[in-house]
Amino acid sequence: MSELKEFRIGDFPVLAEQRYERRPLSRGYNMRTLKVDVGSRGVEEKPVPEDMKKRFVGGKGFGLKLLWDGTKPSTQWSDPENEIVIAMGPVCGNTNYPGSGKSLVVSLSPMTGIPIDSNVGGYFGPYLKFAGFDALELTGKADRETIVLVDGNEGVVRVLGVPEGLEYDTHLLAEQLTRSLALSPDPADLQAVAVVSAGRGADHSPMGLLNFSLYDKRRGGIRVKQAGRGGIGTVLRDKRIRAVVARYRGVEQDSNGAADPAAVQRIGLKLHREIVKNDDRQCKMRKQGTAHLMEVMNDYDLLPTKNHKYGQDPKGPEIASWVWEKLLTQGKPDGCWFGCTLACAHAVDQFELQTGPYKGQKVCVDGPEYETAAGCGPNLYVYDTHGILEINFYCDTYGIDTISFGTMCSFLMECWELGVLNAERTDGIDLSWGNWQGAAQVLHDMADGKRFGVLAGKGVKYLAEHFAKEYGADAQLMRDIALHGKGLEQSEYISKESLAQQGGYYLTNKGPQHDEAWLIFMDMVNNRIPSFEQKAEALHYFPMFRTWFGLQGLCKLPWNDIEPADNARHPEPNKVPEHVQNYRELYTAITGEGLSPEELILQSERVYNFQRLFNVRQGHGRRAEDRPPYRAMGPVLPDEYLAREERYDKQLREKQGLDPAAMSLEEKLGATRRYRLAQYESLIDAVFKRRGWTADGCPTPEHLREIGMDLPEVLAVAEARIAGKI
Amino acid sequence: MIKYLRTIDEQCVGCMTCAAVCSRLYAKEENPAKARLLVNDLGANSFHLVACDQECRRCVAECPTQAITVAKSGVVMIDKKLCVGCLACVAVCPIGAMRYYPGEKHPFKCVACGACAKACPKQALEIATKDEGEKA
Repeated sequence: MSELKEFRIGDFPVLAEQRYERRPLSRGYNMRTLKVDVGSRGVEEKPVPEDMKKRFVGGKGFGLKLLWDGTKPSTQWSDPENEIVIAMGPVCGNTNYPGSGKSLVVSLSPMTGIPIDSNVGGYFGPYLKFAGFDALELTGKADRETIVLVDGNEGVVRVLGVPEGLEYDTHLLAEQLTRSLALSPDPADLQAVAVVSAGRGADHSPMGLLNFSLYDKRRGGIRVKQAGRGGIGTVLRDKRIRAVVARYRGVEQDSNGAADPAAVQRIGLKLHREIVKNDDRQCKMRKQGTAHLMEVMNDYDLLPTKNHKYGQDPKGPEIASWVWEKLLTQGKPDGCWFGCTLACAHAVDQFELQTGPYKGQKVCVDGPEYETAAGCGPNLYVYDTHGILEINFYCDTYGIDTISFGTMCSFLMECWELGVLNAERTDGIDLSWGNWQGAAQVLHDMADGKRFGVLAGKGVKYLAEHFAKEYGADAQLMRDIALHGKGLEQSEYISKESLAQQGGYYLTNKGPQHDEAWLIFMDMVNNRIPSFEQKAEALHYFPMFRTWFGLQGLCKLPWNDIEPADNARHPEPNKVPEHVQNYRELYTAITGEGLSPEELILQSERVYNFQRLFNVRQGHGRRAEDRPPYRAMGPVLPDEYLAREERYDKQLREKQGLDPAAMSLEEKLGATRRYRLAQYESLIDAVFKRRGWTADGCPTPEHLREIGMDLPEVLAVAEARIAGKI
Repeated sequence: MIKYLRTIDEQCVGCMTCAAVCSRLYAKEENPAKARLLVNDLGANSFHLVACDQECRRCVAECPTQAITVAKSGVVMIDKKLCVGCLACVAVCPIGAMRYYPGEKHPFKCVACGACAKACPKQALEIATKDEGEKA
């Protein structure tokens, strides 16, 4: 890395400052949140009422509640009153149970116009919590570049100006801020600083992300984890916030104020031991991270290839897990919070960049995780690990979501193949399949806010309409192959052959994202949920169960990327019942409150329905918005059908009673399409019914009362939608 | 050179003097559960003594805050000021020599101080040295 300009704390002009009373956490809660208006430079402490704790629990629940209160039905993402809320949850910050350091970030999304939520590691959330707050609301728009600093040891919040020469791109900015704002160069003081930042790409594209840093003592530098989805980095930069920094030294086993610290130790140690014993025989997360999935997905025809057109390619083994294992630095405890022995946050060190402004420099690349390796790899027909890593690095440092970027770029490449795009329209960038340098150039242009990158960075929803309107592309074809829901690009599994997974992606509150439900194996491979009712039950249980991680400040991965050795013997192995029991015990050990399996789901259900009604309040949340583009449901193009002709012909015979031999290819495509579209509508009916929603996807007042989300303002939104008033 | 506590199971009679001395010294109370070494009663007057061999260092590699380091003497030490009490070290220890007491913030282990060896009436414990990589 080149020499970075060094700053001292005094180089950052103090624009506003407010001291607060420090007090210890009790049972996982501070019962207080912090609001910073960067426009007025006002700093406000807000108490958490008991009713808010009861109904919204924490984390994403608190985030959505505060965002609802801080915005109006008419609020657009770029309005000053839009907020970024970073909230943690009661379990967050314990150092014993793996995966307990997550922050949940919510905002009105530049991509969808509705609330987005993103789950991210790094030290910021726990430090903010130990500093004394259960959530941080950032609102307003600054009149100059601004930094917000929360110092948990001193008990002060400062709004700072930005000195000349402070970097924008995260790998430099977060390093600079960590070194400048640490109390000393002692590694323990460097580790006490956590930075949230975006990058230049987030200035110019709605798919901007937030990087959450952690100082890695062994590498002697910062690492970053991403709140990737939905453009929250773009909101940060729109507010002219360069970074948000938390400083806290003194993390201890009981910093979270658990009701029963010994029980937290016991439950955590049990999982540590399970991981140490089983991980090598199961997912190898400690060596490969989520990249362990690569060849599995390729083998099962699920690895997105050429814009999700195919799920498999003979080149798959070139980017298999064993290839990544050799590239990822081994033998380091790569957790994104203390005490995570699953340690999946791996990195490639001393990686020499071949393109862009940092060409020739050696950097640390955080990742790749599965979604990045798949979306920026085979989905672009890139099987060159260097290319994937280069895109991974630049997306992170520019503050661009790798999932949206991968899905957007694969759409561009397919448009290139179809002749919709050419060198004239891309400002000379060759977007042939596999040309990672072309993809990287799009990314550099996005960061610079110039040339083709400005258009490309708008995302596939916009691009599909634009290409139809401006370039005369077939509008239906563009809609079919632009993989997004509600404006958010789909994440990276092939959902075509699993109706349940189509629902898992698109019957979601925020758009097609992999954190609500992953039902492909249950549905397609193991055929455990054949009926609509069974699929609907799965699309109730799993999104609700997985929402719970977001209420608590937990990571999903230690739930089922490690399993007890005897898990398969349980009648419902997909739920990993022993781990569900761990979570209930952990919640009780920290909060002191009992939690039945039913109440666990209810906690999520309240917040899930609240989020749905938040969408409704913003003028969305309708059935029509929950429909996938057809590429996510079935074969769009003739060659796509022919590549799996045997499978599709068999389905025509067995599911529709048709004779494919007597049909033209066009007829077969049409019949398949009609059948699958109808199946999806039946799925929506079953799922909405199970969730207690109307046929148009609005939670009913009766259901809201039943689950305890019957706040007057929430009921009013449901009643207004059902009455046709919004 | 690595300094370590050598254990000689055949000479142990299970009197627990070592555990008493150790826990008094480090935990200020006589409680075998807080001793930095462990006396396992195998039955039939047979005992197995467990103390850190100071050599495998899996805990050193696993510690997320680098609170566990190797001193010049070769002894693996825990810096309580840096320890966050995650107990990952306890989980990776292959012989159960890294211990913790429920509800206490930090794990603990034998630091080869020799207090137990001096007190042992049967010479079942002694402070010894070994070269890096040499099996005791």
